Amino acid sequence: MLNVRNVVRDAEKAKDKKAAIGQDITIENFTKEDKSAHELIDEIGDVSKKTKGDLLKVGIDAEENERSGSFLQFDQSNVFSSSSSDSVELMNLESAIDKYSWVKDYLWQVVKPDADKYTARTALREQEEDVKSGYFVRSLPGTKEIFPIQTCMFIADENVMQTAHNIIIAEENSELHLITGCATGDDVASALHVGVSEFYLKPGAKITFTMVHNWAEQVEVRPRTGVKLYDDSTYINNYILTSPVKSIQSYPTAFCDGKNSRAVFQSIQSGQKDSIIDVGSRALLNGKGSAAEVISRAVSNDESQIFSRGHLAGLVPDVKGHLECHGLVLADDSRIYAVPELEASAANLEMSHEAAVGKIDEEEIYYLTSRGLSEEEATSMIVRGFLSMDITGLPDELANETQRMIDLSLDGM
Amino acid sequence: MLLEIKDLAVEVEGKLVLKDIDLSIKEGETHVLLGPNGAGKSTLFLTILGFPNYKVLNGSIIFKGEDITNLSTTERVKRGIGVSFQNPPAIRGVSVQNLLKFESGQDVEKPLNNRMVDLSEKLKFNNEFLNRDVNLGFSGGEVKRSEILQLLAQMPEFIMFDEPDSGVDIENVELLAGQLNDLLDKDKKPAKRKKGGLLITHLGYILNFVHADKAHILMDGEIACSGDPNEILEDVRKEGFKGCVECAKCS
Repeated sequence: MLNVRNVVRDAEKAKDKKAAIGQDITIENFTKEDKSAHELIDEIGDVSKKTKGDLLKVGIDAEENERSGSFLQFDQSNVFSSSSSDSVELMNLESAIDKYSWVKDYLWQVVKPDADKYTARTALREQEEDVKSGYFVRSLPGTKEIFPIQTCMFIADENVMQTAHNIIIAEENSELHLITGCATGDDVASALHVGVSEFYLKPGAKITFTMVHNWAEQVEVRPRTGVKLYDDSTYINNYILTSPVKSIQSYPTAFCDGKNSRAVFQSIQSGQKDSIIDVGSRALLNGKGSAAEVISRAVSNDESQIFSRGHLAGLVPDVKGHLECHGLVLADDSRIYAVPELEASAANLEMSHEAAVGKIDEEEIYYLTSRGLSEEEATSMIVRGFLSMDITGLPDELANETQRMIDLSLDGM
Repeated sequence: MLLEIKDLAVEVEGKLVLKDIDLSIKEGETHVLLGPNGAGKSTLFLTILGFPNYKVLNGSIIFKGEDITNLSTTERVKRGIGVSFQNPPAIRGVSVQNLLKFESGQDVEKPLNNRMVDLSEKLKFNNEFLNRDVNLGFSGGEVKRSEILQLLAQMPEFIMFDEPDSGVDIENVELLAGQLNDLLDKDKKPAKRKKGGLLITHLGYILNFVHADKAHILMDGEIACSGDPNEILEDVRKEGFKGCVECAKCS
């Protein structure tokens, strides 16, 4: 296990280490902000009407309808956190570290501080500068809270570098649902977001994590996510991005170490303007009977570039993995680059992938025009249909809510 | 006159497929288009519908007195032309239900209206089916019934059916024919019928249930012969298309 000293040492060494993939960002161009720059708010409804609207677009409901708790981070400041559920603990990371001595054992275990300069800088801010931002969520053993916790990373000031370190723990046989929305204020053009998230699923636990991004056009985004799965646990990740961004690069990794553990990654990406979107999902199948599925739908418009990656590694026998990547290229100046990788290093396992990238089939457009739709309406219906996928594994209420979030995102396209 | 085609010549991908086509269909009439494979039957349909790859070299298409030769498919459909396809494409993520709502002018957010729910039930579609992606994994019979259901949502004034009975089991042909007759105002007295139709059929089986007023044989891109559907069908059965046309020439 990494202790604090080692974290600092490793991070120090890696603070200028470029990420393995994605465009390199000059971190020094962005401003660090103090963790108390924004004042605490008493209720999530206290944010401005304008901000409420921005939050709603990424699934964060300021009325907290059908939510079991809310967390809000503005730039570097944790301004709000409250849970109404007896089953789920929610607080900022700093409070959690003060409250429970064991929380530190979960820091930097499934995301390494020296992975690249983004993780390193986040670790250094946390350990050396004592800027601990981000949330801590824990579902108690044997509980099942059907309403989701909502968390939001909001960038309010121009040119900030926002870092967050989130720890999510689902204790044994518990079920936890999270919706997380990331957005920027209207007057923000440029910023850098680095979010480190570490998930721990104890035996028999289940987490669904649904993330909607809606950044400003010049925002650079570098989330770093690791998921540790113990026996018989299930992790479901849904990711939705349909608005422009300068660049995003992320490659969440699930470590399916427990027997019969299961990870599912579903993502919907629509590239707008000159966005560079490099999103992948990785699962390392190391537990007997473990399984993973990676499903992505990508649409490229304008001059956007989408790298749709997936990597499944079967490391022991009797594991199963499936990778599915479908892309629609809607503009000649845009690009989709599908990179599906399968790696099998044991006999007797089952791994498959399916990738298809192309343009809209004209026959489909003609068919819809013969039903009275205009060509534009037909194209939009086909694209929306292509991007809408059955989100599996969510309770009914949340599935409807997620579908609504997807629809809302697509409406804004 | 509901539909009037005059001296029509059509090119598809640089190849002349139809020439000198003249065809007039009055309100209340249903015509049948017969002919061997590759004769141009589907081309005529899709030209009337206005698909972009079907280039009109000569002639005109007049619908309810208006020249629609240069209108887009969408505009023609809005004026009251509808079609049921033989092999429509599947569209992922677009449910039958949502398409029906669009076609019948309903709010997508609201539940399907009673009329469409009743019609769906009549065509043996349950709710689960209505939520399926249109044409995706449909059986032959499901495709035909879904096409007819969509036409019932649209209620066009002039309807073209491409092989509405192919791949449909006998039990369901009658069911389909019933809806076809509704679409074509067949239950009304001849003088009250406003709608018109054009039907492509290979076997003519559907004609046992849907009355047609006139038949045309299309061969090599031309209407080679027109007349009473029963007589023409019988000739075709006896002599084949060629024989039937030869016969028409001598008379």
